[in-house]
Amino acid sequence: MALPKHTELHYRIWHYFYLTICGAVFFFLIAPLFVIFPLSFNAEEFLSFSDGMKRLDPDAFSLRWYKDMIYGTKNPWGLAAKNSFIIAIFATIGSVLLGTVAALGLSSRHMPYKGIIMAVLISPMIVPLIISGVAIFFFMAKAGLAATHTGIVLAHIILGTPFVVITVTATLSGFDHSVTRAAASLGSNPVNTFMKITLPLILPGVISGGLFAFVTSFDEVVVVLFLAGLENTTIPIQMWTGLREQLSPTILAVATCLIILSTLILVTAELLRRRSERLRGINR
Amino acid sequence: MSSETQKILTTDGIPLEVSLKKAERRNKIKAFLLVAPLLLFLIITYVFPIGDMLMRSVDDKMVTEMLPKTFKAMEKWDGKELPEEEVFKAFYLDFRQLVDEKREGKLSTQLNYTKNGFKSIIKKLRRKSKNFEEGNYKEQIMAVHKRWADVEYWKAIKRRAPAYTSQKYLKGMDMFKNENGEIVSVSEDRRIHRILWLRTLEIAFFVTLFCFLMAYPIAHLLATLPMKYSNLLMICVLLPFWTSLLVRTASWMILLQQQGVVNDFFVGLGLVADDARPEMMYNKTGTYVAMTQILLPFMVLPLYSVMKTISPSLMRAGKSLGGTPIVAFWKVYFPLTIPGIGAGCLLCFILAIGYYITPALVGGASGTLISNQIAFHMKSTLDWSFASAMGLMLLSGVLAIYWVYNKLVGIDNIKLG
Repeated sequence: MALPKHTELHYRIWHYFYLTICGAVFFFLIAPLFVIFPLSFNAEEFLSFSDGMKRLDPDAFSLRWYKDMIYGTKNPWGLAAKNSFIIAIFATIGSVLLGTVAALGLSSRHMPYKGIIMAVLISPMIVPLIISGVAIFFFMAKAGLAATHTGIVLAHIILGTPFVVITVTATLSGFDHSVTRAAASLGSNPVNTFMKITLPLILPGVISGGLFAFVTSFDEVVVVLFLAGLENTTIPIQMWTGLREQLSPTILAVATCLIILSTLILVTAELLRRRSERLRGINR
Repeated sequence: MSSETQKILTTDGIPLEVSLKKAERRNKIKAFLLVAPLLLFLIITYVFPIGDMLMRSVDDKMVTEMLPKTFKAMEKWDGKELPEEEVFKAFYLDFRQLVDEKREGKLSTQLNYTKNGFKSIIKKLRRKSKNFEEGNYKEQIMAVHKRWADVEYWKAIKRRAPAYTSQKYLKGMDMFKNENGEIVSVSEDRRIHRILWLRTLEIAFFVTLFCFLMAYPIAHLLATLPMKYSNLLMICVLLPFWTSLLVRTASWMILLQQQGVVNDFFVGLGLVADDARPEMMYNKTGTYVAMTQILLPFMVLPLYSVMKTISPSLMRAGKSLGGTPIVAFWKVYFPLTIPGIGAGCLLCFILAIGYYITPALVGGASGTLISNQIAFHMKSTLDWSFASAMGLMLLSGVLAIYWVYNKLVGIDNIKLG
């Protein structure tokens, strides 16, 4: 931001001071993520920059921790990644189906008891995870679903649906209901109307809700810690165990992969958000 | 000519009013049926289990069911002197039954919660009671150990008679019911839970404050910069937001450890000696630093979305009317951002108060929160009813804050990135 020429000196100083503070905060936000990158290529076993790395000596860098992540002997990451993806995908499908249908009902102006029902549907997002974890554990233990994939998927559906409900109701708030009436007057049945008219229009909201649900499940550790057995280990659980017991650079290699994944998700989510806003005419 | 207005009929001959009401009802049912699957699913898997937590936290049926005859006989006992033979006999019968079912261990654990010293005397009673003769059980039981002749221990048993108890909640506040039924605090050196509650509030408060102080300038910058720059800077906020919590915690562990990057940097600058590297992790500092960075996006996003709607001409108007930039900011801009501040602060505070993972990893002993205590009782001591009680105490706090949030901002205004 360029300042006008006539700006007085103390405002000039204040302005640069303000920019410096902003810079420092942005640095504080983003820098920790970038520390992981170079350190994951460390040739040594330490978690700080070796002298060789500071001199940018090529020998100080290696892919050994990535190799260890993929081929390591007691490698838990393969199973963890497989479980994480399976659980997250099924949890996302479940959350999106239940959440979208519920959001359709909630956005109807005929919906009775809207406030209280909305509060119940959103509650898993508001209640601290540790409490959700305890409650869900009690249910799964009684239902015999503790330490099963099914149990974890159900738990993640509980945690993921609020995000879908919120994003889809937000999309539907700008939805012009006369288009569905037009479809109905032209003889389309409700299912057909939904598939051909409503769904394509609210799709950006549905997908971004789905992304939230996916990330919630993929990153969730508190509830899984209560529910998972050895067979159901996920990436967050492995990271949790690794961080508690011994910080090994392999974790950094995994973390780097996760940062890349989240960057991809961020880009998708942003593109969708802009598309959705354009469709709803918010971003003029 | 009739003065009555003619009722409007539909083509089927049904009054329009009736027909409309019917359609309205049908629409209501239709809307409700759409919500029903999710609502039902959440009620079964989530709302009922929270109710189950409530039941567990006050449930004290275990001992009640283990000693039914004893408690029946104790009803007539005034609880001052040692009970009559009748109570001893009932206790003996109950106890033999438990020994036959191999459940006397559970009884001793439970009674030991109420009063220390039950474990050994129950073990002794189990051995000796095999050779008891019929009749005069009072003498025989009292001969097993002198504590069985102590009225305090019988009072302790009687205290376990009710099927419901508030004991777990009192324990969560470091209080207990003494022999006379008065609620008193535990001795000062054993008040661990109060410290934890206070620390949780303190950390949540300061983390929220730090988040606010850091988020306000950058949200302002993001809202006032031209689109093409602010979009780029927005990534700095959104990338951490979308990144795994454990990844972010891991990076702080690398940065803050004694041989870590921050300490290396300080040593390199000559700020601290190499052999006197400060501990920045496994204490409160670690929890503060990591939680502030992790929760910062939750403060920036609501602030940004409010600031974005404030027209820059308002500040110009303020200045043109003779206000210095500081006055214009304080009188015009700041009041307009208050809804965003409220939303961000309450969101941060709610999230911080229930944090578990980060404090557990970087907090050490002095930086853990009440959530860690709940997890500890769930996984290590297996005192699930106590974990439930503390969970519900935390939940009621969060719901109170949430209620305020709803009053101030409205539940529908939650923004997600």
